[in-house]
Amino acid sequence: MEETKEHVKNSHSYSIYILVWLALITLTGLTAAVAGINFGRLSVIVAISIAVIKSYLVLTEFMHLKSEERVFRVFIFVALLFILISLTLLFSDYSSYVR
Amino acid sequence: MSTQEQAAVHEHRDDIRSRMGMWLFLFSELLLFGGLFFMYSVYRYTHQQDFSIASKEMNTFLGTLNTVILLTSSLTMALSIVAMQKGKRGLSIFFQVVTILFGLSFMVNKVIEWTHEFNEGNFPGSEILSSRPPGQILYFGLYYSMVGLHGLHVLVGMTVIGYMTVYTIRNKITPDNYVKLEAAGLYWHLVDIIWIFLFPLFYLIT
Repeated sequence: MEETKEHVKNSHSYSIYILVWLALITLTGLTAAVAGINFGRLSVIVAISIAVIKSYLVLTEFMHLKSEERVFRVFIFVALLFILISLTLLFSDYSSYVR
Repeated sequence: MSTQEQAAVHEHRDDIRSRMGMWLFLFSELLLFGGLFFMYSVYRYTHQQDFSIASKEMNTFLGTLNTVILLTSSLTMALSIVAMQKGKRGLSIFFQVVTILFGLSFMVNKVIEWTHEFNEGNFPGSEILSSRPPGQILYFGLYYSMVGLHGLHVLVGMTVIGYMTVYTIRNKITPDNYVKLEAAGLYWHLVDIIWIFLFPLFYLIT
């Protein structure tokens, strides 16, 4: 029973995916165009931010996280949180060595 | 009772948990690439100048083209699942094959890029590369290992989708039971996400 409902929820039309794809291509163009401009330290942040937005679109739409059960989103949140924690600890360490 | 419900009762299958299993595997992939991204970020932080100089040698056009190719392949993968949900098996097979072909063209571009680098002498262990500053050696080492590992994932993804196409033709994947196709799709999209980060980090350093 559950399953039937769940499959219906996961059904999308073709058009939403084409819209998401258009957004992804636009963001790719943006990140390539912006790379020519030197924002100094902000350059990395801009590039990563655009990559994060693109990943968010792929995760929620293409990978169906939007319509998946809540526990999936909790799992992914925890996984990403630990990556963020590791990265923070890593750089709190390294920034003290390098100049 | 629909045929799908009957199938569910009869086969004792659990699509949600199947996809959860796939996600757990994807988390292990996240650890694998996460470690490499950490290493990249530390070396880029300690060798900013060299990373910037070395990345200027990358072919930004081919990099951007490959990004577009991979994003489009993710679209066709997603569309193959929609087609299956709508009961259009033929269309689903068409989209699966197109996805594989996009993967193939991605790999062809990679071969062009690597051949060029190898001809320039920029390959791990070469005398030309070894004589360059340490930061640039690190950049190329990371480039070959991370992009190379990603390329292997593209090859594996193409193989997996190829199997799914065979399953679809043999009616093992049907509009009532297509969780295998969904799992293959999840893998393919993850490979896409990894490239979304690799592209600006290796090709677009200002």
